[in-house]
Amino acid sequence: MRSVIDILDFSVAELDELISTALDIIENSKKYAHICEGKKLATLFFEPSTRTRLSFEAAMYELGGNVLGFSESNSSSAAKGESIADTAKTVSCYADIIAMRHPKEGAALVASNNATVPVINAGDGGHCHPTQTLADLLTIRRAKGGFNGLTVGLCGDLKFGRTVHSLINALSRYNNINFVLISPEELKLPSYVKKDVLQKNNIPYTQTTDLEAAMPSLDILYMTRVQRERFFNEEDYLRLKDSYILTPDKLKNAKPDLSILHPLPRVNEISVAIDNDPRACYFKQVLNGKYMRMALILKLLKEAGTI
Amino acid sequence: MNIDSIQNGVVIDHISAGLGMRLYELLDLASLDASIALIKNVNSKKMGKKDIIKIDADILLNLDVIGFVDPDATVNIIKDGVLVEKRSIGMPETLTNVIKCKNPRCITSCEQELDHKFKLTDKDAKVYRCIYCETKA
Repeated sequence: MRSVIDILDFSVAELDELISTALDIIENSKKYAHICEGKKLATLFFEPSTRTRLSFEAAMYELGGNVLGFSESNSSSAAKGESIADTAKTVSCYADIIAMRHPKEGAALVASNNATVPVINAGDGGHCHPTQTLADLLTIRRAKGGFNGLTVGLCGDLKFGRTVHSLINALSRYNNINFVLISPEELKLPSYVKKDVLQKNNIPYTQTTDLEAAMPSLDILYMTRVQRERFFNEEDYLRLKDSYILTPDKLKNAKPDLSILHPLPRVNEISVAIDNDPRACYFKQVLNGKYMRMALILKLLKEAGTI
Repeated sequence: MNIDSIQNGVVIDHISAGLGMRLYELLDLASLDASIALIKNVNSKKMGKKDIIKIDADILLNLDVIGFVDPDATVNIIKDGVLVEKRSIGMPETLTNVIKCKNPRCITSCEQELDHKFKLTDKDAKVYRCIYCETKA
């Protein structure tokens, strides 16, 4: 039974296949409108989410399927102390596929080891968020036509930002990618990501604290939020939360075809004044996320022989 | 220093000096009702200094623990006072319930029944990572 825990669960060929399916869904949505009729997606969200949960639900509805689930752990048996293993076994009796978000790292792997239907990791704490990366990849693909030769700036919380780690993992497998890592000293990319992914694959990268100095070289600027929920210490969060705020002024020296991405939600790290700039791609990213989740649900259900 | 030779049991030899106590703890030898000698800083031609553990009991040891603590250690099986088998260990690919994940955000911190599993991710640097959260051991 194929589940998706990490973006690296997919080969580059499979990522390209998912992107092709998503592009076909965009072009020929009617073709896909009934493909999952009679099938059910369970959305098990032990942690609050707007985009990811609704995106999964919209994706399943647009494929003609149905959705069941919960949106916070208090409304599930987890509040009574039920284990993830038991929850996964139980939900497998009701649904054809599971999308799960949980605040603890590795929770989706535990679910996939116990479920009898495919499990999609919809975010496991600060660890992985593969479907966000799928949304990011489709957004970059649509904006730039491909991935090779891009200079990608990653800005903000590069330490706890799971979307950043997943995106680096995914893009590292394409050719001539160059990363610019922009963060405060305290939120730098963990050394194991640098060592195991960037250095191991001889991928060029620079680290800086200066967003404006890095701006002219960037093809992609991936902004992230400093996440309150990842800090044990409120003082550290308050000190670091406003490290980078992207304003129109800071885009003065940016390339005219720069693409600005953000996994959302944003707090204040991108000024709303940028929303109408043609370079802003973060709401397109939301839509692309839905298409990629549709493609992913289709792939997993086909592989499981469910459709 | 004289330590009696053993009749039936196990000698863990060529332990890097200083690692004997950690091995003693992780193998939970304190709970064993047998004569056990942990000898530290023994002179060794090959290693300079080494630790040795002698266990006077015919027991099955978790070789993964030994390989994790010191892959260069050797295990000698003694029967009727004679060395019958000498094993090199090497690093195990996986470790189950040998060590615990220290990451408070890991799922193993709240799901008590889960095995604590680690995978060898970098043999040269002897790095093991939790299979759930990928935190380094």
